[in-house]
Formats: sequence, C-alpha cells, structure tokens
Amino acid sequence: MTTLNVKRGPEFTRILGLGVSRGENSVPNEDIIGPINSSDEWIRKMTGIATRVRANADTSVIDMSEHAAREAIDNAGIGADEIDAVILSTITYPHMTPGGAPILADRIGATPAAAWDISAACAGYCYGIGQADALVRSGAARNVLVVGAEKMSDYIDPADRTISYLLGDAAGAVVIGASDTPGIGPTVWGSDGSGAQLIRQTVSWLEVRDDDAAFPTLTQEGPSVYKWASFKMAPVALEAIEAAGITPDDIQVFIPHQANVRIIDQLVKQIGLPDHVAIGKDIVDSGNTSAASIPLATERLLRDGDAKPGDLALQIGFGAGLVYAAQVVVLP
Amino acid sequence: MALSENEVLAGLAEIVSEETGIDTAEVESAKSFTDDLDIDSLSMMTIVTLAEEKFDVRIPDEDVKNLVTVGDAVSYITKAQS
Repeated sequence: MTTLNVKRGPEFTRILGLGVSRGENSVPNEDIIGPINSSDEWIRKMTGIATRVRANADTSVIDMSEHAAREAIDNAGIGADEIDAVILSTITYPHMTPGGAPILADRIGATPAAAWDISAACAGYCYGIGQADALVRSGAARNVLVVGAEKMSDYIDPADRTISYLLGDAAGAVVIGASDTPGIGPTVWGSDGSGAQLIRQTVSWLEVRDDDAAFPTLTQEGPSVYKWASFKMAPVALEAIEAAGITPDDIQVFIPHQANVRIIDQLVKQIGLPDHVAIGKDIVDSGNTSAASIPLATERLLRDGDAKPGDLALQIGFGAGLVYAAQVVVLP
Repeated sequence: MALSENEVLAGLAEIVSEETGIDTAEVESAKSFTDDLDIDSLSMMTIVTLAEEKFDVRIPDEDVKNLVTVGDAVSYITKAQS
C-alpha cells in the first residue's frame, strides 16, 4: 500500500527575536478629554492610561508591521529568506482582501513564505504564537514571523466613552524558530461567542452600504469586559502555567494584554502571582494597542531592565470574540 | 441554607470593605453604591463577582445597573438564594 511522507520538525521552539514599532505621536489624556467630557484624573483612575501612541495619517498597519518585523528578524539573527510563514494578526487592516501578510512578507523579502492574516483581536498575538509554535514543531515551517499590528485610531469615535480613548497604534513582531530547549509552553486557548456583543464594531459594512450607517468604529460594554477579563481569564492563565509544568512561583514576568491597568492588577491578584513577578504595564504610555500590546509590553520590560532574556514570562491575550489565549514563554 | 438579609448585608459589607477600604459599618442598606460610597463601575463588578462567589448566586451583568443601593443588592442576593 502506498503511504505518504509526513514532515516532522524540531521538538522545541522559542522566540528568537523581538521588534516593535509604536505610533509616532504620544497623545496625552488632555488632548482627547473634550469630546468625552472627561478628565485626565478620571481616565487615569479608570484605566491607568496617561498617554497613548497614535500613528501619523499616512502610516499604515503594514508600515508599522514592516518596521517591527525587520527589527525582530535582525534580533533573531536570521535572514528573511529563512522565514517560511508570516502570520499577521490585525483587526484594523482596511482591506478584506488581499490580506496584509503577503504584502508584508514581500516588503521584508520573505516571499514566497506562506502568509495569512488572523482575526483574533487582542488575543491575536498569543494565537499567533500558538500557531507558530505548532507550525515549527510539525516541520511545516523553519521559522515563523508573527506580527500583531493595529491602527486602532482609524476606527475610533472621539465622542465614544467606552473604548476609543484607550486605543493606540503599534506593531509588535517576533520570530519563532527551533530551539535546543523548550522556549514556548503549551498554548491554552479558546473562545466564547455568546459574548460577541461585548466588544464589537458598531455596524456592519452592509449597514454602511444599505442603511447609510456611519463609518464603523469600536465599542464595548466596559464593566462586563472588565468582569470577564479579570475573573474568567485568571483560570486560563493558571491552566497555562500548569500546562507548562511550573507553578506561579516560577513565573518571573507577567505580560497580559494591555487592556486596562485595573484588569491587569485584578488578574495579578486572582492568579496569585508572587511579589517578585515583574508586571507589564506599557499601557500607561502606549494605551491599548490590541494585538500589538503584549510584544510592546515585552519590549518595554526588557528595555527598562525589569525583565531579562531567559526569564519565564506568562503572557495572556483576551478580547473581542470573545477569544483568549495564554502560554508561558522564555523571553528572547 | 439561605442567609437572612442581615447576614447578607454583613457579608456584602465585608466584600465592599475589602475592595474599597470603606469601613464595614459605613456599608448601610440605604446608601447608594455610586453617590454615597463612591464606588465606580469597575469596582462594582468586582464586588458583584465576589458576592456571586461568597453567596453562591448568579448576578447577570444586565441586572447590576438595578442595584443602586446596598439594600437593592442585599434583597437581590437574598431572593436569588432562595
């Protein structure tokens, strides 16, 4: 009987290199409080955010992705031609088709790498890491470029008091490849579409076409999202720790999606992370950049010296869908 | 066994105190969470979640807006227990 060949990859993977690109402009609370009739004090109290990074009008999702990707590839010490797959996680790339990933792959010189976009909102980076880890270990790709990139400012309503004032523009990228030792723990992920209305686009494109609806922006049920993220995500994080075969005491760095400092603080409490753990809080200066927020916070922790290469980091993304994913990684 | 309203109030006061630092004696039935106790929407969700766990009840998000006073929450939890 004829049998088919199957590929097998290396046993272990790790993050080989990291790169980021933040929007060019740091926008303080004072600049956005007018249309929402709010104050710097209220935004800081409710979210912890002091400024958010926003890109210039002519800077695209692909531009930021390219910058972050080139940095990640450089830091990984490989050539772009050694990348076999490019995964772009974004909910703000303004074309339904073609996806942004093939264009990104071409710009960085990775053609003919397999390239596709994923839509997993604020969990997108961790979804991408889970996919990349599996692709490398299966032998489907030697190295995978994972990029989380968002230009959220294209989809905000300045008068929206639910989410717009949180949002920033950025890209974060990593290269995942083979490793002699385990560098990415099992991904614990899932979804709950019954909560699809909690974080959403205001109207569909068909409503724009057929009903003269206003250009869609993002909106959320803030308190409900806070409750879900703070209390339902803690067990997911603990499951990722257990799946990695370690305990919370072994974690050196915690890098959750940068949704809100209040959520981050509550997660730390609910997970029961010890005091020695460094906590990613790049949101204070960068805002909520959706799929880019975890790599941004990672870069900030490393740059500030609060974390170092080789540290064990618990990362967890969660957002619109609802979708979520968590894994323990060794920092590059 | 279902708790009395006074027992629920005492338990709820402990939760509110833990979340906000407000003295338990200040958590009285007639007081508004927002206007009197200065509890914001996110802290309210934490209190609701901890109350769900403590009293083994479910408080759907859409019902939280109806819990204006401490007494409203005590009544809701007491009924939900029975």
